[in-house]
Parts: sequence; C-alpha cells; structure tokens
Amino acid sequence: MSNGKITIYVDDVEVETEPGKTIMEACDASGIYIPRLCYHKDLIPGGHCRVCTIKVNGKPTNACTFPAQEGLVVENDTDELKEFRRNIIEMLFVEGNHVCPYCEKQGNCELQALAYRLGMIAPTYPYLFPKIEVDASHPDVYIDRNRCVICGRCVRASRDIDGKSVFGFVGRGNDKHIAVNAEHNLSETQLTAADRAADICPTGSIVVKRTAYKVPYGKRMYDQEPIGSDIEKSAKV
Amino acid sequence: MKASDTKQKKIVINPVTRIEGHAKVTIRMDDKGKIDAARMHIVEFRGFERFVRGRLYWEAPTIVQRLCGICPVSHHLCAAKAMDGIIGVDKLTPTAEKMRRLMHYGQTFQSHALHFFHLSSPDLLLGYDADPAIRNVIGIALKYPDLAKQAILMRKYGQEIIKATSGKKIHGTGAVPGGINKSLSNEEIALLKNDIDQMLEWSVQSVDLYKKMYMDDIDRLSNLGSFESNFVSLVRKDGCLDLYDGLLRAKDKDGKIIFDKVRPIDYLKYIREGVRNWSYMKFPFITSLGQEKGWYRVGPLARVNNCDFIDTPIAEKQRQEFMELGKGRPVHSTMAYHWARLIETVHSAEKIKELLDDPDIKGKDLVTAGKRRHESVAIIEAPRGSLFHHYKVDDNDQITMANLIVSTTSNNEPMNQAIRRVAEDHIAGQKKVTEPVLNLVEVAIRAYDPCLSCATHAIGQMPLKVKLVDFRGQVIDEKVRG
Ligand code: SF4
Ligand code: FES
Repeated sequence: MSNGKITIYVDDVEVETEPGKTIMEACDASGIYIPRLCYHKDLIPGGHCRVCTIKVNGKPTNACTFPAQEGLVVENDTDELKEFRRNIIEMLFVEGNHVCPYCEKQGNCELQALAYRLGMIAPTYPYLFPKIEVDASHPDVYIDRNRCVICGRCVRASRDIDGKSVFGFVGRGNDKHIAVNAEHNLSETQLTAADRAADICPTGSIVVKRTAYKVPYGKRMYDQEPIGSDIEKSAKV
Repeated sequence: MKASDTKQKKIVINPVTRIEGHAKVTIRMDDKGKIDAARMHIVEFRGFERFVRGRLYWEAPTIVQRLCGICPVSHHLCAAKAMDGIIGVDKLTPTAEKMRRLMHYGQTFQSHALHFFHLSSPDLLLGYDADPAIRNVIGIALKYPDLAKQAILMRKYGQEIIKATSGKKIHGTGAVPGGINKSLSNEEIALLKNDIDQMLEWSVQSVDLYKKMYMDDIDRLSNLGSFESNFVSLVRKDGCLDLYDGLLRAKDKDGKIIFDKVRPIDYLKYIREGVRNWSYMKFPFITSLGQEKGWYRVGPLARVNNCDFIDTPIAEKQRQEFMELGKGRPVHSTMAYHWARLIETVHSAEKIKELLDDPDIKGKDLVTAGKRRHESVAIIEAPRGSLFHHYKVDDNDQITMANLIVSTTSNNEPMNQAIRRVAEDHIAGQKKVTEPVLNLVEVAIRAYDPCLSCATHAIGQMPLKVKLVDFRGQVIDEKVRG
C-alpha cells in the first residue's frame, strides 16, 4: 500500500493494481483473462451481460464494474463460474437466431468465440426462434437484431464516443431490444460507417456492409487462438 | 386416366438407399401386368429460396452451400457468380477466376470420385445381385483394397484443393461477390503438385477400367434403364466443354441443336419449370418443345454429348472414343453416365495440373467491383449437371427473390424414364419384386444422381422399404432393408 498500490488475490494469485481500477482492469493488466461480452476497453462499463461474473469474498459480482480494493479474494477460473458463464452464453444463443455457419461475423464474433472457449457444444435450452426483420435501409451499415445480445455497446459508443445517441434500449424483459433514434429505420439516423458504434458490436448484429468474408479462414480473429489469449499473453511478469 | 379407373398394382421402393435425401419409387402396373407408370416421388421443400429472402446478397454464397453435403462448392460458386452480376462484375481478375476454377475442378474431382467409387462401383464391381450386406463400399474395400484406397485418396485430394481455395474442406468462404478472398502460397501449391500426377494417372485408370467393364457387357449395360432424350449443358463460347462458365446449349436426341449460345440471364426464355399434380418437385422443360417433349437430361453425359471438344488432351482422346458409341448421334445409355463422369474426372485432374502451374493463382489482385444491378442469373456445371441460381436484390442490398434449378430437378423426368425402362424390362408381368431387380432400379437412379438432398432441400436417410401394392392400394408384398 505504501507505494500507492493495492493487492488482490485472484484464484490464489497475487495481483497488484492501483486504487480506482476495476477487478477486470487489474486482471487484464496482469494477464488474467476474465470472460466478458458487454465490456469494451474504450467504453464505460455497462455491467449488462454478467458473463464476467466472479466471486468476491464468496459473493458473485461483475468484474467489469467492481472496484479493486486491498486484500479482496477473487474466484475466477473455477468450474462453477465457468458453468455459470456457459449458461449465460447458451441463453443468449437460444434467445436470438444465431446461425454461425453463414453469419458473416463467424471467426470474428465474440459470442461464438466465448461459446468455444467456455466449451458450449450446443445450447441445452429450447430455442425461442424469435421472428425478427433485418434493417438494411442504411446504405453502408445494417442491423440484424437476430444476432443482438443486448450488450449495449452500440448505445454507449454512439452516445459517449460518436456523440450521436443513434441507439438506445427499449422494452423490458423479453421485449427489451435495441431501437434506433428515428421514426422508422437506420437510414434516417446520423449513423455513418466510420462511427465507432458501427464497428463495436461483438456479434454480427451491427455490421458495415460489403465487408463480409473478406478475411479467409485461418486468418480471422479467433481462428488460431481462443478469445482472451491476447490478454493472457500480455502478462507483465 | 385416374388410377382408380383401371386395375393396377403398385410397387413402392422407399426410400432409395445410398442416395442422400428422401425418395420413394412407385411402379404401377395395370391388371395385365404391364407397366402403367414409374415415378420417383421427391419431397421437395423449397426452404432455401424462402430462407435467403431478406438476407443480404453477399451472404448468399455462404447460405446456399448448406443445401448439399456432397457438392456445396457448386452452390457456393454459383451464388458467388450470380452476386458478381449483382455488383456489376462481368469479368473477374485472373487470380479470382482461376482460384474459383481450381476450387470447382477440385470439387468435381472429389464428387465424381465419391459418386463412382463409393456409391456406384459396388453394384458394378460386386454385381447387381450381390448380397446387399456386402454390396457397398466396405465390400469394395474387402475385395478390391487397392481400388478402395485409391478412391479415398482421390476424394481426399479434391478436398485438399477445396480447402486450399476456400479455407475449409466443406462449407468454406473463398468466393465473395466480385472475386475470391485468398490466393495460393508457394507451400500450398507445392503440396498439391506433389500428388497431381498420381491423381491424373488414377483417373485415367478408372476410365479405362469402366470402359472395359462397359464394353465387356455392352448389351446389358447399354440397355439398362436407357432411353433417348434431349440434353442441356453449358459450353464455352467456342463449343469447348466448360464446367465453370459458359453459354447454354441444348441438343435433341439426334444431336441437332435446339438452342445455343444462350446467356444465363436469358434462361427463362428457353427453359420453363412445369409442375405435376403428383410431385412437389418441379419439372423443367425446353420451352419451344413444350412440357411433354421438352424434358432433358443434364450432367456428365449431357456435357460430353453437347460439347464440340475438350481442351485437355487425355480427356479429349477419351471423349472421341466415347462418342463412337453413339455412331454420329449422342450417346443415350444411362450407364454411360459413369463413363462420361470418369472422362470429366480426367479432365478435372488435367485442369488442376494446368492451374497449379499458372502463376496467376499466386496473384494478389483478388476482388473487383462494377455498377450495381438488381437482377442476376448464374449457371454452373455442378458435378450432377447444370445448376441455375437466379436472384433479385433491392436497393437495400437485400435479396427479394431467389430461384434455384438444381441438377436433380432437371434430371427428375429422366430418372422416371430410367425407372420405367427397368420396370418394363424386369418387372412387367411379375407379382413380386426380387432383390436384384429392386437394386436395378436403384442402379439406374444412381447413374444420374446419388444426391437427392439438394433437390429436396431436406436432410435425412432412411432404411429401404419396398411395397407391392395392388390397384386397390392393398399391400401384397413388402420388403424392408437397410
Ligand atoms: S446491436 Fe450489437 S452492440 Fe448493440 S446491443 Fe446488440 S449486440 Fe450489443
Ligand atoms: S462484461 Fe461485465 S457485465 Fe458484461
């Protein structure tokens, strides 16, 4: 503490960090990967998805929003938490229509990559098969809510980085979905393909048009190594 | 004439084994034991055409290849060709064109090898009347181990080509609207070059083997399930065989041109899709000849009959020898399909060899674009025959209409004709369907198409069930196997 540092204990590993950091930030900097979906390093944490659930002093909480404090005992890479996270991913899969085999985000999709990393073979919950239309009205970007996981990254990016608030949540519970700030569709909004909101979606829900399948198999984001490997490899030893 | 008007017996073969998908064969006899009708019922669910509606046009090549587990590359490439049209591209970069061709020849090579060795050779090499328990690829492996090994390696080689060009052995993403997403590295080329001479040699041996079997038993094989028909296929502008691209040509049973040099976009002026009240499947026909006379055959036999020449030397020599069978007319024998198929296998191997030596497949200029259009038609010669993809795309880039004519649909009536011929020769007048005769029906169908899943757009395999039904619909004999 004397040097302004604090120490937390993650799965029995000592992690040194500074006051003001979240547990996720502390772990990232130490090469410990905590699975996450709605979190993005350029955005204010939303705490929506709960994929980053850890146990702090025995209680479940979000790693992306929980501040690190001296002496916290954190459980992360346990069978119980892995199963919990896998269950969340499974629920996201059955809630939408995620057809990885042809989705243009395949290989670069965080949802798919998490499913692989967490060992999901196939969802064990029944599919809901919602009927959802694609909004392709915008000349350069389309939104396919079949693939939306309600992470809110687009909402935060558009509001906090682009300064436009093109996207927002509407509805509650099962009806909760992403709406656009226009009477009818995306074409009436201020969104451009260069906006941060247009390329920050973890799935294939908001996609810049005419960029599909340009990267061949083997060269896509998660073809060689599982999601989180970059964090694990960046460990400052 | 309604079925109930006369006294008829029905023989139902359901479904056909070793064919992907769900098919049911009905052979109907009148009370005198004469064949009244022979039909293959295919449950056609045109799911994919609906499914792609509303999707973005660049997704089509990846979506539609899921139609089929045996020749997904044909759908992938055909949709990509159609989407080239949508983005206004009529000519690809040399690298893109050659990579796609390489993918297609790899696909044809492996599919033909699978079709012949795995699905058809058991009947040919072990005998049509051999015990079904051993009349399969395992039986081949036991009796002809070298041949079985060769078959597996040929298939594997074709799949390696597909992987190198599309990223995966099955359901890759290589072709994109306007081009391709990769070219080959020196290492990939070197690896593929290692085996190509062996592949070519085995292909030539296969065609020679089949030729000998056919000629040794020509009386029986040339008649098995045979009939005369029109033929439709693509040919290159100069009349050369071309499996990847070209213009449509139709010949009649005497080899006279019905239409020629038809651009894919104009196909609807020359070919219509008819319906019959007893089948969900469509029956395409040549418009000028009408539905009754206008049906036609597609696939290896149609292509070899239709082209003026083949631009690879060994296959061309084989073609000339093959065409002598027809004595100046097209070859019509159903079992000649396998022969033509193996000539194309040789051709594909020769083409692969040529392309592996072409520096363009290492090029970096992969994609090109043009002025957006709203409608496009592409045709490719899939292993089993001409494959048509027709799309309309709106200003939002969403597909509003898709129409696919797959080769099995074109060969629908021909397969009925083949079954009818077998029935006339072997079943007419009988009260029971024997195992070997049943198998002859399957053999005739398999010569055309062992893959009904793409035509039925459904997945599933079931055991073979055989029913002999009289005109009142009562089962008088039933056999189950598989
Ligand atoms: S559209 Fe994408 S970024 Fe926006 S909430 Fe849905 S999944 Fe998240
Ligand atoms: S990443 Fe922490 S709640 Fe989503």
